[in-house]
Amino acid sequence: MRKSVFPVLTVVAVLFVLWYVMAVVLNAPWAEDKAKRAGLELSFSELVADTWSQDKPKLPVPHQVAEEIWKTTALKKVSSKRSLVYHSGITLSSTLLGFALGTLLGIGLAVGIVYNRVMDMSVMPWVIASQTIPILAIAPMIIVVLNAIGISGLLPKAIISMYLSFFPVVVGMVKGLRSPGMMQLDQMKTWNASRGQEFWKLRLPSSMPYLFTSLKIAMAASLVGAIVGELPTGAIAGLGARLLAGSYYGQTIQIWSALIMAAALAAGLVALIGVIQRVSLKRMGMA
Amino acid sequence: MGWIVFAIAAWGLGWGLNIWLARLPRNRATGLAVPVIFGLTLLLIWEGVVRGFGISPVLLPAPSAIAVRFAASTGILWEDFVQTVLKGALSGYVIGCGSAFVMAVIVDRFPFLQRGLLPVGNFVAALPIIGMAPILVMWFGFDWQSKAAVVVVMVFFPMLVNTVQGLQATDNMQRDLMRTYASGYWGTLRKLRLPAAMPFIFNGLKIGTTLALIGAIVAEFFGSPIRGMGFRISTSVGQLALDLVWAEIVVAAIVGSAFYGGVALLEKAVTFWHPSQRG
Repeated sequence: MRKSVFPVLTVVAVLFVLWYVMAVVLNAPWAEDKAKRAGLELSFSELVADTWSQDKPKLPVPHQVAEEIWKTTALKKVSSKRSLVYHSGITLSSTLLGFALGTLLGIGLAVGIVYNRVMDMSVMPWVIASQTIPILAIAPMIIVVLNAIGISGLLPKAIISMYLSFFPVVVGMVKGLRSPGMMQLDQMKTWNASRGQEFWKLRLPSSMPYLFTSLKIAMAASLVGAIVGELPTGAIAGLGARLLAGSYYGQTIQIWSALIMAAALAAGLVALIGVIQRVSLKRMGMA
Repeated sequence: MGWIVFAIAAWGLGWGLNIWLARLPRNRATGLAVPVIFGLTLLLIWEGVVRGFGISPVLLPAPSAIAVRFAASTGILWEDFVQTVLKGALSGYVIGCGSAFVMAVIVDRFPFLQRGLLPVGNFVAALPIIGMAPILVMWFGFDWQSKAAVVVVMVFFPMLVNTVQGLQATDNMQRDLMRTYASGYWGTLRKLRLPAAMPFIFNGLKIGTTLALIGAIVAEFFGSPIRGMGFRISTSVGQLALDLVWAEIVVAAIVGSAFYGGVALLEKAVTFWHPSQRG
């Protein structure tokens, strides 16, 4: 682990340098255009300074984005509509609700598939096929239709998140619940274990490593679902709405700050699951 | 009332048939028939419930209405298919997977890059990259180029991570054997390491198929010319023409499954030697 810190930092540093260079390249035409209209000739250092401080640059530089994030998180009241914390909170709540629903649905389906042959044969192919359908494409429809029958707010977005997050859980849990070998299952039989005992004491515990791996994927997918679910609601609130509003008004810095915030949210949530995984697997004696 | 009875009867019949089929010894025919019957039953229940309860077509059109609309508007659907799938998704998929593959081969040569880029790549692969869509639409304009760019960004990292992993899939014994054959770097790459990496590469390619479609469609929500599946879906929802939306979904489902199935078939042909393919 320690061995890779230096290479990772190098790569990240290179990416930042590239980012600044790209900002100069992409923003230069606008800066030169402005200078020409003002009848000025820009020196190279002036050009660079200008490209790194435009109001609506094609590519804002990291420190502009960081400044915007600082302004919209720390310097604004949390309840304010301009606060990024407020928007992140809305996205986070529907992400978590969708994640919880998706995990429950996924585990339920997996148990059914493992214990019921008919379900295994009929549902499993459709679970797989369901993911080749670009569900995100019908997100607007789900939102509008649920809105029409009086369900609005958190739940429609959460349903999209649920649809995206249940699949990794089903696949992982089916694998996990089937991971105990013949020997172990026979051992349970020699102890005269009932089906319930076999499930609670053997199958469920041995599926835990699989479950946590799937939960990480499910959480990332759930966040994507929540963000896309916010696009068609008319850009009211949430990180997705910030993205859409930013793209309508050409506020690139706002788009990038929402994007970085979403990335931080995803990284934080996945890391949180990682911590829970390590603690619980250790307590179960599996890691 | 009649339609509700019809729905319940369809449910009972389908379920009973599947229970009976599942008891038979498992073979190709039953393995195919059971999910098909399950899907048909769902469609029949859907039709029965929508007609029985008189659900407004603005909320949920019946499958028969969707089929009628599909047949009536094949022209529009084809135009959208060309714009979104052929121009946007497919070109982005080829560029994204191709460049990720080349990048992976380069990364593989330098252990430093490997240790540095892989964690970053894994991190980026978990991020909501779809959020890049508005930025890329701003950079590349409203037409298919921006959609292809979104797809490139989306498929790049899963493909990169999988390929790099795959290139490490050979063990020392196998590489030593190649060295005793006096095989150089390129010879070993072509004859041993790339074939061994194929299962991983195809994993990346398969993940990419769904991401490509999603990327191309969602990117159209941020601005597009007046054709394309994402455009049609978002405007038809606004006009409450849900039967057309569902027709687009049917197209998306068919394209998604065919795309995935095509890559899976190719995988079967290329990695016929792998234990997971020998059954």
